[in-house]
Amino acid sequence: MQGIINTAKELIDRYNTGESIKIMEVCGSHTMAISKYGLRQILPPNIKLISGPGCPVCVTAQNEIDASISLASQGVTIATFGDLVRVPGNDSSLQEERAKGRDVRVFYSPLDALDYAMANPSKEVVFIGIGFETTIPSVAMTIKEAYTKKIKNYSVYCLHKTMPKALEALVVNGSDIQGFLLPGHVSAITGSTIYNFLVDRYNIGGVVSGFEATDILMSVVMILKNLKDPKIEIQYKRVVKEEGNTYAQRLMDEVFEESDAEWRGLGMIEGSGLRIRDKYSEYDAEKKFKIKKPNSSTEIKGCRCGDVLKGIITPKQCPLFGKACTPLNPVGPCMVSSEGSCAAYYKYGE
Amino acid sequence: MDKVLMSHGGGGSMMQSFISEIFIEKFNNEYLNQMEDAALLPGKTVFTTDSFVVKPVFFPGGDIGRLAICGTVNDISMRGAKPLFLSASFIIEEGFPVDDIKKIVGSMVDAANEAGVQIVTGDTKVVEKNSADGIFINTAGIGILPDGAYVSIKNGKPGDVVIVSGTIGDHGMAVMGAREGLDFDPPLLSDVSPLNKMVEKLMALRDAVKILRDPTRGGVAEVLYEIAGMSNVGIKIHEDKLPVKESVKSACSMLGIDYLHLANEGKLVCVVDKDFAYKALEIMKEDKYGKDAAIIGEIDDSGLVTIETVYGTNRIVDRPIGELLPRIC
Repeated sequence: MQGIINTAKELIDRYNTGESIKIMEVCGSHTMAISKYGLRQILPPNIKLISGPGCPVCVTAQNEIDASISLASQGVTIATFGDLVRVPGNDSSLQEERAKGRDVRVFYSPLDALDYAMANPSKEVVFIGIGFETTIPSVAMTIKEAYTKKIKNYSVYCLHKTMPKALEALVVNGSDIQGFLLPGHVSAITGSTIYNFLVDRYNIGGVVSGFEATDILMSVVMILKNLKDPKIEIQYKRVVKEEGNTYAQRLMDEVFEESDAEWRGLGMIEGSGLRIRDKYSEYDAEKKFKIKKPNSSTEIKGCRCGDVLKGIITPKQCPLFGKACTPLNPVGPCMVSSEGSCAAYYKYGE
Repeated sequence: MDKVLMSHGGGGSMMQSFISEIFIEKFNNEYLNQMEDAALLPGKTVFTTDSFVVKPVFFPGGDIGRLAICGTVNDISMRGAKPLFLSASFIIEEGFPVDDIKKIVGSMVDAANEAGVQIVTGDTKVVEKNSADGIFINTAGIGILPDGAYVSIKNGKPGDVVIVSGTIGDHGMAVMGAREGLDFDPPLLSDVSPLNKMVEKLMALRDAVKILRDPTRGGVAEVLYEIAGMSNVGIKIHEDKLPVKESVKSACSMLGIDYLHLANEGKLVCVVDKDFAYKALEIMKEDKYGKDAAIIGEIDDSGLVTIETVYGTNRIVDRPIGELLPRIC
């Protein structure tokens, strides 16, 4: 293992010009891996890895959390992925709602949530659909299956977001990023060509990277090598193909269509979200329960998750980091989520 | 906090502060304030209690009955004491199958026989449907501390060596897998086992055995933090020395869970004087529950719990907070 790391270090030294280089990882799992393996200790100081908006929990807008909480209080069963339950809304979190007796259940897969709905026909089960292209196909699958089997007590509150438009928003807003570590899991579905606009319009390259330390270091090498002649490349070839998973893409397209979406920290980004197509509208919780999102995002005072997500500051530059905001008492979503950059910096002592 | 959350029972830092603020401050006496797995009472008597609420009740490699015996036997053993007598209390939800209770009791008898303890008192309550989740079992136990032993979580000193008695996270991942329908190949079984025989052999090293702790909820990571906090020391462990099954590693990687946070029910963490480290390791390896024992690190004076990764970098060990939640993608 040490041998591979040394090789990566040598290659990084060979292609390192010594100038300040900012590389953004846009995937929460990359953020965690970088901290967990201590990769910043291996890289030369002029090469900075900064975290972007790729943690699905972190970018879920606060008013969307509030709307989910309000739905829980109407007596429906809220089905959700992992740590979304811990994210604070204005006054509460789904976790606290559960303690009050609301029916909030964590599922490992949306298909399990559909199975739960089928086994409990007297309950109205609403799956909170968050996440990017990694999770979207499996949620689409539940909607299609519910439609085929005429299941009446299952629906999805669609808060899904797609990655390319958010990357473009970051670049357009004048970030000084020289390269992207592109998300491995998302790209397994989308393929890599969706990122070509970064080179074509903005002259910034990127590498679809795997999640092991060696994957990430080799991806950094590839970015450095191509700094003068930027490209979109795939390092994670054992999983990602240029064309992606076309079956999953068709499934997504059949159930969802493009819509605008609000990102925590980045605001409203045109065409960066999804909504459920009319054919499947009976499975759209927003319509079924006439969900009204509370007025847009009164972010918590002092919390700079938005700037962390844009890569403007590192977690440690937030005045609340490690003081008012810790994993035990998180103020913002970047500290709550297991994939959040503040949580990564705090948990691994960076 | 105005309501109790699941995370308050998850074995991590939230549970620790909950216990300190709500119970320890009020009950407040010299025995409870030892903050050990079991209280050392006058006359070298060691006393402990534990409640078991596992779901599913039957899981790969064991069931709630075996767990209820092993959990309490192990808590007594973690003071270096020999467990002797146990109580068993049952809270059973109306409608629970009697055949299942018979199976559970059978497992309890088998585990008690293996550990060489007797169940000498007990209690049974039945509660209305929907006011409990199947069956809850509470066991309490007493044991006797042998001469020359003084095992305490406050004993760690820089230079001492940290040993774990076998593969990490088997129970936590087996139960999580059973609950969530994850299949492992080969099947992953819980490690639930009584460790008192192994401890009895270890105690031949007398006060060279400084700390024993079974890493149940919160896993090895939480135990390391408890040792560092209570002994006022730091601990450095080495990733390449940690014994972990490949199946546990890959499931953790898929779910975004740290195996150091997973519960174990048949493992112990031992802090031992460095001159006796290899002897302690040898004793553990001779025991049927200690074949994969390994020296995983050493106590230092840093005040931090750190890990040297397989890549040669160093970082803080992530302290569990409470409920284990899988990542999203």
